[in-house]
Order: sequence, then C-alpha cells, then structure tokens
Amino acid sequence: MALYSETVMDHFRNPRNVGVIEDADGVGEVGNAKCGDIMKIYLKIENDIVKDVKFETFGCGSAIASSSMATEMIKGKPLKEVLSLTNKAVVEALGGLPAHKLHCSVLAEEAVKAALKDYYDKKGISYDKSLFPDCASCCHCDSGCAL
Amino acid sequence: MIYLDNAATTKISKTALEAMLPYYEEIYGNPSSLHTAGQRAAEALLEARTRMARLLSCAPNELYFTSGGSEADNQALLTAAAIGAKKGKKHIVSTAFEHHAVLHTLKKLEKEGFEVTLLDVHEEGIVSPLQVKNAIREDTCLVSVMYANNEIGTIQPIKEIGAVCREKGVLFHTDAVQAAGHLHIDVKEQSIDMLSLSAHKFHGPKGVGALYVRRGIPLSILIEGGAQERGKRAGTENLPAIVGMATAFEESCAAMDESAKRLSALRDRLIDGLSDIPHSALNGDRFRRLPSNVSFCFEGIEGESLLLLLDDKGICASSGSACTSGSLDPSHVLLSIGRVHDVAHGSLRLTLSEENTKEEVEYTIKAVKDTVAYLRSISPIWRDLVTGKKEFILK
Repeated sequence: MALYSETVMDHFRNPRNVGVIEDADGVGEVGNAKCGDIMKIYLKIENDIVKDVKFETFGCGSAIASSSMATEMIKGKPLKEVLSLTNKAVVEALGGLPAHKLHCSVLAEEAVKAALKDYYDKKGISYDKSLFPDCASCCHCDSGCAL
Repeated sequence: MIYLDNAATTKISKTALEAMLPYYEEIYGNPSSLHTAGQRAAEALLEARTRMARLLSCAPNELYFTSGGSEADNQALLTAAAIGAKKGKKHIVSTAFEHHAVLHTLKKLEKEGFEVTLLDVHEEGIVSPLQVKNAIREDTCLVSVMYANNEIGTIQPIKEIGAVCREKGVLFHTDAVQAAGHLHIDVKEQSIDMLSLSAHKFHGPKGVGALYVRRGIPLSILIEGGAQERGKRAGTENLPAIVGMATAFEESCAAMDESAKRLSALRDRLIDGLSDIPHSALNGDRFRRLPSNVSFCFEGIEGESLLLLLDDKGICASSGSACTSGSLDPSHVLLSIGRVHDVAHGSLRLTLSEENTKEEVEYTIKAVKDTVAYLRSISPIWRDLVTGKKEFILK
C-alpha cells in the first residue's frame, strides 16, 4: 500500500521491542480507546541508561510503527537523549507519515516521556516539568492534530 | 488475491466490458448529432435506457443517467427540497446511517433552513415503517431511506416505507446503490418516487449511475448546459459506460436469485467462522442483510492494522466504508447501531462476489482469526481486558 513508506511498513509488520517488562522501572500509557490509539511503554533503567524498553500498542499501522521506531531510538541511550526525543525525529526516522497520521508520532513521544516521568516520580528524582508534554493539551481526539 | 471488498467496488463483467468497446471504436458519435454516427449512438442510448427501465419497472423516460450514485442522491434530495420549499414544506425524514452523499446533502439543506429528522436504526440496523409514519409531519417534503446499508448490509423495509409515504403524500427517495443488481427492485410496486443506483457496484463500469424519477416530479438541475437527459443533466452522455451499465444490470438481475443463494451460503459460513473469535460481534441483523455482506467488530484491536495485515496475506477487505478511511473518527454507521467508539474502531467489512470460493472463505476465516489474535497480543487494551482491569464490552 502506498499509504505508508517502506520503513513504516517494515516497523508495522515486524515491530521491534514488542512486549511487557514485568519489573519495569517506568511505565507510560497515553491515548485513549475512543480515539483509536493507545500506547504503553515499559522502561528498564540502569545507571541513567535505557537498558531495555518494550511497548504495547492498540492502534493503526502508523501507531504501531511509531511506537516501534521510538523504542528503537531510545534503547541503550542515556536518559538525557531520551528527554530530547521529538515526534519530528520519529517521523523522519520513519521516512515520513501521512498528515492525518502525524498524531501517532506525537503519541509515541508522549508515551516515552510518560514512562520516563513515571521513573523519575517513583525514584523521587526532580526534573524540569516543562520538558514533558501534557497529554491533556493534545487536541487530536477532537479536531485532528494541529501539527 | 482474494477480493472481499465488493461493496466498495466490483470487477467489471466481461460481457459488460465487451459490450462497451464498440462504443469507443465504432459507434463513437455524439447522441445529439444529427448524422448517422450520432443517430446510431442515440439509438444505443435509448436502448440502454429501455433495458434498464424494464428491470426497474419504470418507463424509459423516468430514468436519468448520472455520473454515479452520489450525483443521483444529490439531485434527488435537492429536487424534493426545491418542491418542498415552494409549498413551504421544509422538513425531511431520513436515517442516521445513510451514505454521506445523502447525509452531507442534508447538512447543506439544514444550512438553507430545512429541518432534518434522522431516524434511529436500532441495534439491528433497520428502520421500521412505523417510525417513518410517526416522523412524517404536515411540512415533510421528503423521506429518504437507503435500500441496503453500505457498511453493515442491512436491508430496509422499502415497500412498506413506500406505502406509508404514498399514503401520506410525501415523496420517497431510496439510495439503492448497494441493492441494485443484488435485490429485487420494482419502483411501482414499492411506491418509490426516486431511486439512485451506481453501475460499479454490480460489475458495471465506474463513473456512471442512474436516477429514477417518477413521471410528474419536476427534477432540479445540478449541471447546466446542453439538452441531454431531457434537459435535466447537461453533458455529452458517457455512452460506452451507459451501455456497460445496462449490460451489467441485465446480467446481475438475471443471475440474482441463483447468486443470492450461493453468496448467502458463503456469507453464513464467514459469519459462523468469525463468530468463533471471542469478544467479537456481527454488525447488523443476522438475516435481513445483503447476501454479500459480513461486518464485524473485534474488541481490543484497531481496524486499520487488521486491514493492512490481511492485505499482506492477500486479502482485500475494508473497515467500514472506504470513503471514511482518511478520517480518525469511527464509522457513523457503527455508532448508529450503538457500537461505542472503543469497539467501532475494531471493525472489519468483508463483501463477497460471485468470484469468491469456499476455499477463499476458509482461508479468510483463518487469516482473520490469526491476525486478530496477534493484534490482541500486542494491545494494551486487550491486556487490561483479560486481566480484568477493564470490562469487556462485547461479551
């Protein structure tokens, strides 16, 4: 199908890092079923490095591909780099997404950061709140993403 | 490739295609021209009109050729609205799960001061004649109810609704795009005042359709210009396509009963096979549906990913209507039968044709089962459902 790039289809057909980490250090879940996509990211963190990452996604092809790509982009990376992950970078790595699917990359970024935030909260580590997007501020459920 | 998207469009019949070709290469005159080449084309046009009219039980001059179902729907609704407006009647009755060609035209009419009542189609996806009767008011100028739904295939009691409208003196239009060539139509017996159909849904060519309008109803003009279609639809007639449509329509109608029997058996096997999937549900009434239509919702997964993976397995299917696939919102049809958003996102429509086989049906059942199971295995919602964190909606 020409709807998606080859890279998107590859990550959709063979998603990387699918699954659950039972003793995860941080878990983030964003989106809702009403809108048709939910992403859940599990992080295992050691020495400020993402030792392992897994995801579960309910959603369309681009949602699954975006989660897969985002997990690949943060695996083995220091938390500083995880914090600087952007949805744009996810889209670029995927070779682009159709305009009406860009919100999937936003969700992927949000899910990763929600998991990291969960880790910081659990560990009582202070952080700059402005670096974390607020899911409630996203408008894609109502009127399409403003991106 | 296993093509199971015949409600979106069909493969053209060989007979229809062959019937069309001479009208590109030999009889290519303009039916409006006075010379021999033109007059031969005009004769073919009349013949096609006559052949189609016979099968609908109307007169040839009650049939107008259009670019397809959407144009026919637009013209029918705007016609009834114009007639109503002249008499100060600005109320229209329709249903919540019409095609967008009807719903969007109604929205436009609402902006022009019309009041629209959209009837509930219930869980089974069927509107009752009594509902129509109760909704008709003094100022109602039109009732528009689709013959069979494009997503869930449910068949409406057209004859009974027609009788109610006739008795109340209200114009009755039906969008028969999914029904034409597949279900019996008799506009006289069913008291239908206007009917839309589209050739490519019954193995005819794309880009051509027809609007039946009962004699005496002054048709509004959408496309101004020449005097084609008795001055009601300008533009040189697409004669090859019209001949192809008439041929395909005759062929489909002749094979209808036999085909319905065969397709119903395949449909029922698909329904039975897919019903084995836990926490799934058939959309629309089990029996009062098109012989070709199977529509399901599977809890815990999303429809697009299901479609893409089925495509990888060589199966062409659809999630609700293809027209809405660019949108994030779930199908208005599924919402109209009471499916909640969460579940409506996980929909699958399989629509059969004469070409499908038992083997394809068995392969498809297995492919859908495997794919749904896989997608559920990576779905966080499914995990919440099976671990009891969330309650199943589909039992």
